[in-house]
Amino acid sequence: MRSSSPKTAHLFAALGDETRLRLVSRLCGAGPMSIARLTEGTKITRQAIAKHLRVMERSGLVHGRRQGRETLWQLEQRRLEEASHYLDIVSKQWDAALLRLRKFVED
Amino acid sequence: MSTDRIVKTVLLHAPISRVWRALSDSTEFGSWFGMKFNAPFAPGAIMRGVIVPTTVDAEVAKSQKPYEGIPFDIVIDRMEPEKLLSFRWHPGAIDPNIDYAAEPTTLVVFELQETAEGVLLTLTESGFDQIPLARRARAFQSNEGGWTAQMRLISQYLHNAQ
Repeated sequence: MRSSSPKTAHLFAALGDETRLRLVSRLCGAGPMSIARLTEGTKITRQAIAKHLRVMERSGLVHGRRQGRETLWQLEQRRLEEASHYLDIVSKQWDAALLRLRKFVED
Repeated sequence: MSTDRIVKTVLLHAPISRVWRALSDSTEFGSWFGMKFNAPFAPGAIMRGVIVPTTVDAEVAKSQKPYEGIPFDIVIDRMEPEKLLSFRWHPGAIDPNIDYAAEPTTLVVFELQETAEGVLLTLTESGFDQIPLARRARAFQSNEGGWTAQMRLISQYLHNAQ
């Protein structure tokens, strides 16, 4: 299927997870943070957080910057602005609806 | 990118008569889209539908579940067998406390074209520029799949970043 913004679909997938939403929330509220700090006060392992950050990095939602011995993670504001665009949401819904239609007629 | 319209194309590996039935038969349309209609589609007909979780995708059905039973009106515009189906609706109009009747609608057009590989379906939804901004924001928030939480986070972030 051709989509007006395939990257957006990818971005939504990156956001579609509770842990990742929580990471977005923490990075929203407190700015760039290391994995150690992102792990503080959670029951999630550093490895799991690192894995989620990599998923988010691939969709351009966050990026890591080396500072000394650790990496500081921060949100990409531009990508979030794209995500908050109304048409993108409607567009994504149509992508999903047309996939359902395809499944329906091809089965 | 236009702010007024969305255009999508998808190639369907099915006979054109099958695709047309999935679009023009209100029961079939409802089963993939996730709605239930009380009557067959006919040009000019005002269709009262309710949101019913889709039978095609369990994951999507789950996200539609909280909206089950919410009424949703669409007005059929044109029906040209195996060529075109169009209707008007209020996008994202699922808040039962709001009367959408007086608000502008968008036009949804499905166009079918038979090709050697299958049926090329083009979907166009246009008229978004006429939808009040406040409504767009609401449609945005009321979206299926937990978008409210996601959008709250995003708007909070954008606010903080300014």
